[in-house]
Amino acid sequence: MTDSSTVLIDAQGLRKVYGRPGDKAGFTAVDGIDFQVRRGEAFGVLGANGAGKSSTMRMIACVSPPTAGSLRILGYDSGADGAKIRARLGVVPQDDTIDTELTVRENLLIYGRYFGLSWKVLRERSTRLLEFTRLSEKADDAVATLSGGMRRRLTIARALINEPEIVLLDEPTTGLDPQARHLLWERLFQLKQDGVTLLLTTHYMDEAEQICDRLVVMDAGKIVAEGAPAELIARYTLREVLELRFAPGERQIMTDKCRGLAERMEELPDRLLLSTDNGEETLSAVHRQGVQPLTALVRRSSLEDVFLTLTGRSLLD
Amino acid sequence: MHTLARAFSAPAFRELGYWLFRYRRTWRGSIVISIGNPLLFLTALGLGLGTLVDREDSAYLHGHSYLTFILPGILIAGVMQTAFLEASGPVMQSAMSRGSYRAAASTPLEPAGILYGHLMYWILRATQNAVLFTCVSMFFGTVDPARAPLLVLVAVLVAVAFAAPAAAWAVTVTRPSQINVMFRFVVLPLYMFSGTFFPIEQLPVSLQWVAWATPLWHGVDLGRTVALGTATPYGVLIHIGYLSVMVVIGLYVARRTYRRKLYV
Repeated sequence: MTDSSTVLIDAQGLRKVYGRPGDKAGFTAVDGIDFQVRRGEAFGVLGANGAGKSSTMRMIACVSPPTAGSLRILGYDSGADGAKIRARLGVVPQDDTIDTELTVRENLLIYGRYFGLSWKVLRERSTRLLEFTRLSEKADDAVATLSGGMRRRLTIARALINEPEIVLLDEPTTGLDPQARHLLWERLFQLKQDGVTLLLTTHYMDEAEQICDRLVVMDAGKIVAEGAPAELIARYTLREVLELRFAPGERQIMTDKCRGLAERMEELPDRLLLSTDNGEETLSAVHRQGVQPLTALVRRSSLEDVFLTLTGRSLLD
Repeated sequence: MHTLARAFSAPAFRELGYWLFRYRRTWRGSIVISIGNPLLFLTALGLGLGTLVDREDSAYLHGHSYLTFILPGILIAGVMQTAFLEASGPVMQSAMSRGSYRAAASTPLEPAGILYGHLMYWILRATQNAVLFTCVSMFFGTVDPARAPLLVLVAVLVAVAFAAPAAAWAVTVTRPSQINVMFRFVVLPLYMFSGTFFPIEQLPVSLQWVAWATPLWHGVDLGRTVALGTATPYGVLIHIGYLSVMVVIGLYVARRTYRRKLYV
């Protein structure tokens, strides 16, 4: 299917168990997963909190030795050649490690020194990267004055200082306001256009749909589905979803009345989801049954519904 | 040799570069402290307490003035204290999830390089403190210029002997209060009872044995005998041996704890 020059990350039977070897009480965070990431693609790892996304990312970043399985990155073995691999990776961790005692530009310079780059190269690159991440005006400011979105952009600028072939982003927009998220997505999209391979974890559906060419859905340490966002939606869901909300007292009665009206029904704490090929028709059927929802919404099926179908849970639980 | 070769590899110098880069912000203040500290001791203990002690002409001082006796001890104990403080709090912070060690670990640096780079920084800081302290002391005639370089070397050895185990432990610490406890119940008692301020021969015999066992006493006695010119080959060998064992064990354990902490 693919040759070694285009497969940048190749994981086979990858496992991560925390706790001492042989310890019965060890916690299995990643439970034997296989996947490949090819050059130039934006690959997503989608999952709820605790699904094993960050553990997978840390193994790929070569700061967490796999318990079992094989993990080859850029043609090297992650265990034996960690330093060589890290030299060609850009890492945007979930908890950013920006140095708050340095200025914005100094953060880029000093991080670049870790890669053995000369001051001359670093001065030129830092100017360019601050421009790219729209932080030029903040170059000489203290990190403390940055907003959450700016900090995240600084982390991304820093991750690009060594001109990496793969950029790892662990929940890059968690905790950011919508405007900051959109700016970040736009920058990530630009990176993708420039041919950088992106690997990101997220629990936001819209993020995965916007950025990822291909993704895996993780649940309890395992990969439960793999494919392009549109493929997954087509494979695991019907075309539309009817979302109904009820007054608290009527919920159970109304829910019971809706049974059998759609091919699949999911009860969430705050709403009822009916999967269907035609939302409007289903809504009419609902009304004919005498069901009076507070609100009714017909929408296209999304990755959220894929996740719900596959795991029986909502992503943001 | 493997350890030594790694210690001076390029990656470790990059970590040293990081700490020196940060130090640019605080170096002026730190030099004022390095010079002010001995001046305070010279005044308080030379003009104050020293005058009182010297009036008694204690046999334990072997004819030296109290100030001449105490200065090497204060230098060594101070170096130990600084080494502990710089290798505990900053190491704990750096190893936390948002700390600078985490940033370095995501680059080609290995945990050992991070450790050795930071260690080189502590060595430079200890050298700076010891040189300035002895210069001030020389200026006041309390340290013989011919023996001053040896005293600086002893100070650096003591700094590494304490910094290495302190870092090995601190990288595993998760609560700042643990460092306070260690400082109050281990470092300060060492400071007080390792012969820094008085000859331990004055203590009851049982307590002398305790003092002999403590690591700081070996540093203080080595520094003092070197500074006063009373060192014996046998004593020097034991002291250097004791401190070197601390260095070797400290680095051995630190390499393991650093790796375990940074590569979870």
